[in-house]
Amino acid sequence: MRIAVLSGKGGTGKTLVSVNLAAIAKASTYIDCDVEEPNGHLLFKPEGIQEEEIPVKIPKVNHELCNGCRKCIDFCKFNALAYIKNKLIVFDEVCHSCGGCIMLCPEKALIEKEKIIGKVQKGTSNAVTIYTGILNTGEASGIPIIKRLLAEENPEANKQTFIDCPPGSACIVMESIKDADYCILVAEPTLFGVHNLNMVYKLVKLFNKPFGVVLNKCLEEENPAEKFCLEKNIKILDRIPFDTNLGTLNSNAKIAVRKNKKYRDMFSSLLKTVTKEVQHETITNP
Amino acid sequence: MKIAIPVDEKTLESNVCASFGRTPYFLIYDAETKESVFIDNNAAASTGGAGIKAAQTIVDNKANVLLTPRCGENAADVLKSADIKIFKTAPASAKDNIDDFIDGKLSLLDEIHAGFHGHGGN
Repeated sequence: MRIAVLSGKGGTGKTLVSVNLAAIAKASTYIDCDVEEPNGHLLFKPEGIQEEEIPVKIPKVNHELCNGCRKCIDFCKFNALAYIKNKLIVFDEVCHSCGGCIMLCPEKALIEKEKIIGKVQKGTSNAVTIYTGILNTGEASGIPIIKRLLAEENPEANKQTFIDCPPGSACIVMESIKDADYCILVAEPTLFGVHNLNMVYKLVKLFNKPFGVVLNKCLEEENPAEKFCLEKNIKILDRIPFDTNLGTLNSNAKIAVRKNKKYRDMFSSLLKTVTKEVQHETITNP
Repeated sequence: MKIAIPVDEKTLESNVCASFGRTPYFLIYDAETKESVFIDNNAAASTGGAGIKAAQTIVDNKANVLLTPRCGENAADVLKSADIKIFKTAPASAKDNIDDFIDGKLSLLDEIHAGFHGHGGN
């Protein structure tokens, strides 16, 4: 069972929800796909870390073979190549490593070379296996790292897997939720929160994923995100109150369910609700 | 000598465009023949790497200098490889900036920004 946790903006509580769910589950896998700013490891403080570097293939020019036909330049949607003074230049950081230019070059003047764009770390914290994706600063895309993180052997079939997604609704999020069985959308009780919730709502609808919403930081007053869910008939999985104790624990990199019974009960109940939803989905939409 | 300037409109009186890579047009002004040519910037709508593509256009049009309010790192690398010097424009029309350049009143652009790359500034 793979559960992806996502939101339209940063700071809504994706990591709070996914880390605490993974920690309360009996045996689980936590995968941090927020490769530009992974922070789940700060809470889990995983032990026995193993690292793997992630390479991509980018073009390298053989200047003796290049005749300046510019087919590669015209093809590249990211404008990663330029032809100056009879010399082809590759901008490594702009290249999205699609390999198109290499395939296209009639002179075979472009060959593949490997470039390391980041790494994947694996470690454990109690019964949780933690995978962290780390993209090097300045790289064009974290997708190759996410692909490695979600490679079939990582989320073990008999365990629950929680995928902590990057914020937003761009390619990098699509890659993170692609194979998820269920999506949890985390939302804040503001108009801005609704705007961002709507973005991920549209995304999970587009991907035809079963989903529900966790309303975080709930206050006594009216909640625009709740109103949005009621209007769209979206399943509300849980309401997490605005709670300075919870916020403080989280800010001090403490896992709330490991510190306090109240939060243990809160996240156990959320996990139960989510598990039921996923099972219901598997029965109705196998 | 050929002078390139990013412009908002296809006139000599146009403002200089605030963006080099995503300007709608370039003015290529020939200082010897006093001829002006306006070209469309086909990099304006690029998903990424607009500066690189725009700089390639400047190189292909055989400009010797570029007058612009600012320029990103990648575009500057392309222009540098082609020995094109970059001068900083003043807040005035394209024509006034050309005159100022010819009179030696513009200075080299010494501040090359690291690029915005979809993050709206740095």
